[in-house]
Amino acid sequence: MKIIGYVCSHAGYAAADLAGEERLQYSPDIILIRLPCAGRIDVVHLLKAFREGADMLFVAGCLEGNCHHHYGNHEARKRIDQAKSILEALGMDGRRIEMFYLASNQGWKFKEIADEMMRRASELGPNPLEVKE
Amino acid sequence: MIIGEQKPLQEICAMLEGHQRILVTGCRSCVAICLAGGEKEVGILAESLRLHSDLRGRNWEVTEFTTERQCEKEWVRELSDLVAKSDAVVSIACGVGAQTIQALFPEVRVLPGLNTSNMGALEEPGVFIEKCGGCGDCVLHLTGGICPIVRCAKGMLNGPCGGSQNGKCEIGHDTPCAWEEIYHSLERLGRLDLLEELIPPKNWLPSRSGGPRRIIRPEAVLTREEKEMRG
Repeated sequence: MKIIGYVCSHAGYAAADLAGEERLQYSPDIILIRLPCAGRIDVVHLLKAFREGADMLFVAGCLEGNCHHHYGNHEARKRIDQAKSILEALGMDGRRIEMFYLASNQGWKFKEIADEMMRRASELGPNPLEVKE
Repeated sequence: MIIGEQKPLQEICAMLEGHQRILVTGCRSCVAICLAGGEKEVGILAESLRLHSDLRGRNWEVTEFTTERQCEKEWVRELSDLVAKSDAVVSIACGVGAQTIQALFPEVRVLPGLNTSNMGALEEPGVFIEKCGGCGDCVLHLTGGICPIVRCAKGMLNGPCGGSQNGKCEIGHDTPCAWEEIYHSLERLGRLDLLEELIPPKNWLPSRSGGPRRIIRPEAVLTREEKEMRG
C-alpha cells in the first residue's frame, strides 16, 4: 500500500515528528510530504498522486481556528471535498482521501490518523488503476 | 463578466468517447475570474480526464492550454500547433470562446465543457449574481443603477409587485427585491422623483430577436483597400 500524507509544517509534520520521538508505531506504508501550510495543497496534486499510483491520501493541517496561516486548513478542506467529488464522479471511492486537523503536540493523534487511513486502505483495497512503474 | 459553470465531469467524459487526442483549453478572462474555466480549472479538468482515461483504459492523450482571451482570434491562433495534434478540443471558456476555436479550426471537433450562464459579478467570495440581461436598451439611469430586467424576477419596469415582502422577492428569501433596492438607491441619490415617472413599455427590438445582434462601429470598419493594404 502507498499512503501519501500531506502534512503542514506547523502541526501535521510536527505531530508526526513527535509520534516518532514517542516511539509510536504506525505503518511504514505512509509517506509524508511536508507543506509550508495545508492551504498549499491543490486538487491537481491530489488527482495526480492517484494517477501515479497512490492508494490513499490525507492532508493533516492545524486544528480548526488555529491555522498558523489563519485559514489554510479550511482552504485545504474545500479542496479535499472537491477532489472527493471528482473521484466519486470517476467511480472511485471518496474515502480514499481525507482531511484531518491536529496540533503539533498530538503525536498520538497522528498515529490515530495513520491507523485510520491504513484501516480504510485494507477495506478499500489498492488503487484501482494499473500502476505504471 | 461572463459567468459560467463547468459541466458535470461524466457529461464531459461522455462527449469525449471515441476521441483519443484531447486538448483541454480555458480562458484567462471572465471564466477565470468566476473560477470556472481559468488555468487552474483547466489543470483540474485535464487531470480528471487523465484519471478517467487510466481507470477505463482509454489511452487518452490529454494536453492543456489556457488562452489569454478565447473570444479573440489573435489569442486563439496560439492554439494552432496543439489543435493540429488533437482530434477533440474541450473548451471551458464561454460559448463565445468555444465558437471562436471552432471557427478558426473547422477541422477539429470543439466540445463545450462549460455552460455559459449570464453576465454578472462577484457578490461575495464564491457567489456570482446575474447583473445584466444584455437587453440592448439600458435603463439604469432611471433605476438608480440597478437593472430591473434581470434583478427583478418579473423584469418589471415599474415595480415593485405585490410579491415584494420585507425587501425580499417572492421567488426566494435569498433574492432581494430589485425594486426595493432601486427605491433605496434613488433615495440615497435624492432622486425619488424618478419613481414618479412611468417607464413606458420597453423597446425589445435591440434585445434577443431577429437573430444574432450585430454592432457596427464605422470608424473601425476596414474598407476592402485597407484590408488588402494591411494583409
